[in-house]
Amino acid sequence: MSELHFPWLEMSVLLALIGAIWVGRLRDQFVASRHSLFFNTLVLITTVGAWIDYEFINPAGRPPSEAQDFWNPLTKLMGRPVFIMDPLSAPLLSLVALLYFLVSLTTLRTKIRRFSFAWTLASEAIVLATFCCESPWLIIGLLAGGTVQPYLELRARGQNTGVYVKHMALFIAMLVIGQSFVDYEGSEGPVHSLWAIIPLLIAIFIRTGIAPFHCWLSDLFDRATFGTALLVAMPLVGAYATIRLVLPIAPDWVLRTIGLLSLISAVYAAGIALVQTDARRFFCYLFLSYSAIVLAGLEAVTPISLTGALCVWMAVSISLGGFGLTLRALEARRGRLSLQNFQGLYDHTPALAVLFMITGLASVGFPGTFGFVGTEMLVDGAVEAFPYVGVAIVFASALNGIAVVHAYFRLFTGTRHTSLVSLGIGKREKFAVISLTALILIGGLIPQYNVSSRHRAAVRILRERSALSTRPTIEEETHGNH
Amino acid sequence: MLHQMQTVFGEETRTMFDAFHLLGLLAEGTGHQLTEIEDVALVFKVLGLLVVGAPVVMFATLGIASLLRDRPLSERVIARCVQTGIITGLIASISMLGLMLFWNDTQVPIEFGSWVHVKDYHFVFKFEFDKLSVPFVILTFILCGTIGAFANRYLHRERGFNRFFVLLSLFVVGMVTTSLAGTVETLFTGWELVGLSSALLVAFFHERPAPATNGLHVWIVYRVSDAALLLASVALHHMKGEGDFDKLLTGEWPMVGTPLEPNQAFFVGVLLLVAAMGKSAMVPFSGWLPRAMEGPTPSSAIFYGALSVHLGAFLLLRFSPLLEQSIALRGLIVVVGVLTAVFAYFAGTVQTDIKSVLSFASLSQVGLIFAEIGFGFRYIALVHILGHGCVRTLQFLRAPTLLYDYRTMEDAIGERLPKISGAWLSRAEESVRTWYYRLAIERGYLDSILKNYIVYPFLVFLRRCDALEHAWTKMLAGNEPSKKAPTSEASPTLEELL
Repeated sequence: MSELHFPWLEMSVLLALIGAIWVGRLRDQFVASRHSLFFNTLVLITTVGAWIDYEFINPAGRPPSEAQDFWNPLTKLMGRPVFIMDPLSAPLLSLVALLYFLVSLTTLRTKIRRFSFAWTLASEAIVLATFCCESPWLIIGLLAGGTVQPYLELRARGQNTGVYVKHMALFIAMLVIGQSFVDYEGSEGPVHSLWAIIPLLIAIFIRTGIAPFHCWLSDLFDRATFGTALLVAMPLVGAYATIRLVLPIAPDWVLRTIGLLSLISAVYAAGIALVQTDARRFFCYLFLSYSAIVLAGLEAVTPISLTGALCVWMAVSISLGGFGLTLRALEARRGRLSLQNFQGLYDHTPALAVLFMITGLASVGFPGTFGFVGTEMLVDGAVEAFPYVGVAIVFASALNGIAVVHAYFRLFTGTRHTSLVSLGIGKREKFAVISLTALILIGGLIPQYNVSSRHRAAVRILRERSALSTRPTIEEETHGNH
Repeated sequence: MLHQMQTVFGEETRTMFDAFHLLGLLAEGTGHQLTEIEDVALVFKVLGLLVVGAPVVMFATLGIASLLRDRPLSERVIARCVQTGIITGLIASISMLGLMLFWNDTQVPIEFGSWVHVKDYHFVFKFEFDKLSVPFVILTFILCGTIGAFANRYLHRERGFNRFFVLLSLFVVGMVTTSLAGTVETLFTGWELVGLSSALLVAFFHERPAPATNGLHVWIVYRVSDAALLLASVALHHMKGEGDFDKLLTGEWPMVGTPLEPNQAFFVGVLLLVAAMGKSAMVPFSGWLPRAMEGPTPSSAIFYGALSVHLGAFLLLRFSPLLEQSIALRGLIVVVGVLTAVFAYFAGTVQTDIKSVLSFASLSQVGLIFAEIGFGFRYIALVHILGHGCVRTLQFLRAPTLLYDYRTMEDAIGERLPKISGAWLSRAEESVRTWYYRLAIERGYLDSILKNYIVYPFLVFLRRCDALEHAWTKMLAGNEPSKKAPTSEASPTLEELL
């Protein structure tokens, strides 16, 4: 296995953990906010460093299929590779770090006292570690660990934790049961029984929010801080778990069946987003629709659908992340936002209005934005895999587009909201706005790098499950074409 | 360096490099240098880049300035920027036409390389200059330039002056991209940009709820239209493996054929027809057109009198070989066109404001253009689009001063202008006239039918599902409500917007 030039992966996780401990010791939340931002910046730098190092590790060729840290201290300690970087995880780590950085950066002074920076850094460490892992049990452990921070926050806010706890308990139980069966049947070959697959799929459905297992997420958006809910949802940890835990063991027919359910869920969530009267819940359903679309693409298991799904994953994380941050910034100014009235905020914050529109449209795959090519590929691949039902993605996307513009008109148009204080955009927010807009537009106008990188990841995933698939393997396809 | 950039960012880098190289040579201005360049294609490529690039640069300049600056650019700078962008594009497109005629080359495909290329999938960025696209793009530049000059005075000191021109430039980018598209994907890109700019300009006066409501209505119909076009694009990909027009349509417009089978052509053609019907406000989607008049007059003129409303017809003209493959499809287009023309005539006669009258007059003409396309009169349809677009723009721009114009005319002729009324209708019975009037004033009840039989049941179903979810979540939470901030009082719901 290739080695990076520096222990980037371990360093990024360690920095986040040290940051969590350090910031947790600070009593003043304003100081904690600044220190947290410092650690978030360091983590972002290390993850970007890891990505660049991985891409250029081979002087004149493609990146390796896998790479681990320089020195491998954790590998030496555990006796086997723990943190690994591959084509799938390379950009995802930077993406996760960027989301945490931006959430930390755009937390306004009015919200600082309600937001736990220490726990956010701890959760960043867990998510980064999850995205570096390939070992199933370690992933399961980290996924379970990731459920703690939202629970503690709900408790701290005096909110009811019933919905969250019940879903997460079922999620962890299903993961453990499914993986235990996988281990138990392990010696009999790559094909596993439904006893192993179904519990894992239920767990994945819960984490990704596929109907009818999605209510915990809308409840979380209702009860937790917007920042925390955003960070639980946005990195699409469930999609990662699907690739690592389910795709290597589930036969094609199971995935196709589940893919159909995901498509139905995508249209359903898009429809429900349309009738929401609360901005947070609207955002939640918009996210659920795209989460289901990504899952449908992953489960279609064709090279194009997988590449499309991975591209949409990146695009949705950035665009919906930005969209969520915009809503959060508006909430910080106006309190919980209702979509029943026209709020008339355009003249106060035209930059946020523009960002709202750009990120919202990017999330629905509007031309010229990050999500466009990915959505096209995903639709193409889904129609190939599910000839008639695949068009559901187009309907879901159309409904989401309507929901986004409906929300835009509700929030930014109408009689101008009168305020005694300036509601204008701050410097930190402006930086976040411009960075995200640039990322969305540059990614949309020059999509080749992202698409080819996601295609490499898709090919690797398909190669790993070639023993299970009834379709020709990548090698056979290539050979056939020659 | 060029090779490395090409590897990372794709082939378009090389094309741009070539183009800039030639621009450098042209800038030196000596005739003999041009004759040294034997590659005519490169000249076309540079002109093509200018035609497409000028509006893009114009939009990028206005958009980035709006985003980065705390205060918008001055009206003068905005006007100059728009003027430069449109005149550059117009001169380049007229030069392109001149050179095409001079070199007797009636079809010039310009490829900007693969935008995305991975195994089994490519996304080519390609433009096609031919007898259909060049007149359309020249019309776009001329009318948008006229509207830009008009709006510069009409919207003087208007709070949304900058926003109007940003959206107008986005519209120009969309129109140029759609007109010149050489692949379905490129066409779809422009199609969506036109839709977005239209909806946002309808909601331009956004301090009142009505424009926002109508903007959303327009957007909803456009999304249906976009979905149909995207499905057509996917279907073409699956049938022929790619969406390039030169693979789907063989020969030069209008004498083109298609390798698609009749049943394939019918299937794709129906999807394209739905897309075209949404964009051109054909029956039963006509309800959005009068609503779109909420926007400022210059945008109404350019969108719903001249260009945007003709895009559906343009789409059908572009894919006209598919129509040739299926008599049933052509019949369907004729029926839709004639129905719309008749509907628009009746609805237009009872309108009481000039912009609505003009919008229905536009619609009746577009209906006729559809019928012409269905009958296979492609050149007539194209000429009809060009002529109608110009006349209607003039009428829209004169609309705010209509009373002044009438008075001037009456002063000139020395008497009142004659009243024109439907003589044939005055001979009908009272009950028939009342029935006709109600039907016309309600615009054929098309909006009500769509609302009551499609939108409302759909929303009721979704609201019930949402209520069930709330009940389920509440039960899991032990019937304890969430402690959230109260939301403001109720007001119009989604179906009231439709």
